Amino acid sequence: MKARVTVTLKTGVLDPQGKAIEGALHSLGIAGVASVRQGKIFDIEVDGADAEKAKAALAAASEQLLANTVVENYSVEIL
Amino acid sequence: MKAAIVLFPGSNREGDAARALRQAGAETTIVWHAEHELPAGTDLMVLPGGFSYGDYLRCGAIAGRANIMDAVRRHAARGGLVLGICNGFQILCESGLLPGVLMRNRDLRFICKRQHLRVERNDTAFTRVYALHQAIDVAIAHGEGNYEAHEETIIQLEGQGRVAFRYCDAQGKIGGAANPNGSTNDIAGIYSEKFNVLGMMPHPENLIDPLVGGIDGRGLFESLFRAA
Repeated sequence: MKARVTVTLKTGVLDPQGKAIEGALHSLGIAGVASVRQGKIFDIEVDGADAEKAKAALAAASEQLLANTVVENYSVEIL
Repeated sequence: MKAAIVLFPGSNREGDAARALRQAGAETTIVWHAEHELPAGTDLMVLPGGFSYGDYLRCGAIAGRANIMDAVRRHAARGGLVLGICNGFQILCESGLLPGVLMRNRDLRFICKRQHLRVERNDTAFTRVYALHQAIDVAIAHGEGNYEAHEETIIQLEGQGRVAFRYCDAQGKIGGAANPNGSTNDIAGIYSEKFNVLGMMPHPENLIDPLVGGIDGRGLFESLFRAA
């Protein structure tokens, strides 16, 4: 089973990398970019066929390691 | 005093920390991160600077979950002294021993320079030989030193007097250009609730020898030696 964990910065947390990318997109002349926030994606291969079990395991993985919940949110999806 | 310095893959300041501690009179040993126990009779645990696990995922994230961290947690819980410098501070935050997180520097640059800090209190095991509000001249070398935490956490830290050091200028003045990385409330280091755990971004261990231009870092290690 393939799963994807997406980790993003919480609203209000300063994202200087996103800001720099936003500036670079503006300087490339790409129209319509209002703002950029950078995050992370983890593509994970999970053993077994129980989607609910996999989701619970990946939520635990996110809480314990993949995300720092002080400043980041995470979401788990089974692909 | 017996000090144990934890070595993670990618630590690179363990030698500097050991030298500073020995200069102050401590016995030092290096402990590999995969160990489950500290050497018997350890008074002080040091998490040195560097780039543990290449800063993969987040600075200090993987080291924060290493075997040895359970031993560090037990040591801290029984009142043992823990000092995390630079990457060590990031590891303490990631492991939950200290609150908050070290984010990318405000201007995105890795900053390596001399930096003054104001000693916020001199009644702890780490700062007793300094004067209150003394501006000490040490060094910083980090890309992720911008301290952030929930607003309630900051209020709590301030209310409990747990800010150890703030970035300042040579006169001890705080604010504006004296803050190198955008850190909340100019925070350069914080204590745990019982003041036995200190995490700080700057490197006091770099300024212990007149040959390199200053000895203001010595006070921290001398304080620890007097403590135990």
